[in-house]
Amino acid sequence: MLVGFALARGRFAGRFLLDAVVNLPLVLPPVVIGWLLLLLLGRHGPLGAWLYAAFGLRLAFTTAGASLACGAMIFPQMVRACRQGLDAVDRGLEQAARTLGAGPLDCFFSITLPLAAPGVLVAAIAGYVAALGEFGAVITFAANIPGETQTLPLAIFSALQMPGGETLAARLAMVSVALALAGLGLSEWAERRLGRRLGLR
Amino acid sequence: MTEGAGLAIAFRHEVPGFTAAIDLAAPTPGTLAVFGPSGCGKTTLAAVVAGLLRPASGRVVLDGTVLFDSATGTCLPPERRRIGMVFQSPNLFPHLTVAGNLRYGQRRAGGDDAGFDEVVALLGLEPLLARRPRTLSGGERQRVAIGRALLSQPRLLVMDEPLSSLDGPRKDEILPYLARLKQVLRLPILYITHDLAEVARLADWLALMEAGRVRAVGPLGEIAVRGDLPLALRDDAGAMLAARVLEHDAARQLTTLAAGAARLLVPLLAAAPGTMVRLRVPAREVILATDAPRGISVHNVIATTIRAITEDPPRRATLVALDAGGVGLLARVTPDAVARLGLAPGAAVLALVKSMAIEVFST
Repeated sequence: MLVGFALARGRFAGRFLLDAVVNLPLVLPPVVIGWLLLLLLGRHGPLGAWLYAAFGLRLAFTTAGASLACGAMIFPQMVRACRQGLDAVDRGLEQAARTLGAGPLDCFFSITLPLAAPGVLVAAIAGYVAALGEFGAVITFAANIPGETQTLPLAIFSALQMPGGETLAARLAMVSVALALAGLGLSEWAERRLGRRLGLR
Repeated sequence: MTEGAGLAIAFRHEVPGFTAAIDLAAPTPGTLAVFGPSGCGKTTLAAVVAGLLRPASGRVVLDGTVLFDSATGTCLPPERRRIGMVFQSPNLFPHLTVAGNLRYGQRRAGGDDAGFDEVVALLGLEPLLARRPRTLSGGERQRVAIGRALLSQPRLLVMDEPLSSLDGPRKDEILPYLARLKQVLRLPILYITHDLAEVARLADWLALMEAGRVRAVGPLGEIAVRGDLPLALRDDAGAMLAARVLEHDAARQLTTLAAGAARLLVPLLAAAPGTMVRLRVPAREVILATDAPRGISVHNVIATTIRAITEDPPRRATLVALDAGGVGLLARVTPDAVARLGLAPGAAVLALVKSMAIEVFST
């Protein structure tokens, strides 16, 4: 959200760099992202070693690590969606709010955020669904531990590796399709409902 | 203009391909109309006054309060200027009801509910209060936008072509509200437009803009009749006056108006004696005479002095600016007529104006 707003409205040094870093997972193979995370956050990585020493926190090959890997992969999508949500808010409305006595923060919370909300919410739902399907980054950073770091596609992949695992794979694939459809339906419904409540449609 | 009461705007702002260098001042309260073609810098002017655009240099002062001064680095943010803006598009908040929109600025201006009912009544907003902006017509939206700006308790109302996005009938729906607002509230208004009819009906002072500069600024009646300014070269050139209704003569179907020391007869009006109306006296409808005519249908024979004579070569015409007891009139006649009558600046001449030729806007 914050990064999206910074990129949508901010004019600052390093804006291009931030934009590039944010969008990196879009263009790099997921395995590379997973490996970079491992280098950075593994037990011997600069950040990982510090986290472990300070908080006893271990990310690589854990459930939290799997979540983090998913998060990193969908981050660009989320930022992009937030940015589009904010860009869609008419600047004229913000200017009007300012002349009516609202300071910049007041204006953001009373005008910009409520109007950008539908877009942001839809992005969040779509992002969650997409995260369920993460494969490459997770297997590299968090491995494939059943019940801990095994995402749905990882489970399907494992099932297919086993002789006679097609039935299990088919069932898991159906779950996957159902989840995806439910997610899409939910985001569509949320967008309509919020849009109506905000008087946009 | 000295500081104290009044609005003084001076600034310089450059964007690639366009330079605005504005310098103008007008008294307050009153309505200062800024008139000029599209792209002459009118909207830049509005944005600078409202604090939405920071010019490269300059100084903007409203009734003694410095809003912007590049010399001292002063630049009040828009929310602290107390300037009500009405934009070309209404910019209503779609997620709030009409009432929510109206109260948005009011709450931030200090909260008390005084004036809400008055503004709602003034703009006829009562039936709209519970509705959402998207269900309103263009004219209704703009009325809500005006009400919203008024309720933020501004010290100056800036209207940037508030009627330009509306069609003819919708304009006529809003204009009476604007005229009423002007009379009821003693609020200074900066009114930006490219429509001369709006100027004639609303303005007290007029600034003419051209390519990023102010060509002339002064009382409406003065600017409208100056032969050296572009207004006089328009087809619809003419005097623009404010007049008071003096008396009605129902039997003769005539109304007498007072504009300065001049008396004008027009077809019977509905307005009560004492009310103010706006007039336009088209230059091409004014006849000049050196002797009082007899046996003629014209009602208005006004004693005037010639202020200035300028040529209008494209029309093979001559513009004669007249002073009728402190009120400016303009006559467009042939150069031959000027020569035959021996007209010259300072000379006395009679201006003949048909009652039917005077356009009256009731406010």
